[in-house]
Amino acid sequence: MAMDANEIERLIKEGIPDARVQITDLRGDGDHYAALVESSAFEGLPRVKQHQMVYEALKGKMGGDLHALALQTSVPQQ
Amino acid sequence: MLDQATKDRITQEIAGSDVVLFMKGSAVFPQCGFSATAVQILSHLNVKFNSIDVLTDPSVREGIKEFSDWPTIPQLYVKGEFVGGCDIMREMFETGELESLFQDKQVARAS
Repeated sequence: MAMDANEIERLIKEGIPDARVQITDLRGDGDHYAALVESSAFEGLPRVKQHQMVYEALKGKMGGDLHALALQTSVPQQ
Repeated sequence: MLDQATKDRITQEIAGSDVVLFMKGSAVFPQCGFSATAVQILSHLNVKFNSIDVLTDPSVREGIKEFSDWPTIPQLYVKGEFVGGCDIMREMFETGELESLFQDKQVARAS
């Protein structure tokens, strides 16, 4: 059920092409991750929508294969 | 997955209180760390909230994910509007946005 960090990063970048992604394996068990995602695509969107875009990119794996992903999104500073 | 009865039940719960938290376990005994964090934040901000334990109702547990288009639990609703899950609550709490939201929406406070 666990997911590889590279696979998570790949999926996010596939869904949000200009995203900068930083994944941290929180427990070293391949099951609890934190992700920082920065993209200009988030500009002007409420946080809920920003997170939904990331979940969308993960194609339904969130809450399934991917048990825990602490997500933080941001817009690049000019 | 999301049948009409479940949809009606969720809609009713959301309309029934200013602040509604769909969570795993009860506010007194959360059954998951994320749900526990969500309860802590709401308690800290001293808002009155109604918690729905999704573990006692599999149809709500699955249905709320589709209803909100959100894959995980907990989920916070304020005055009928979906605010987000645990990460968003934590971030908004740290920046003071959550407190502002409760003030703006004039939600009831716990005594």
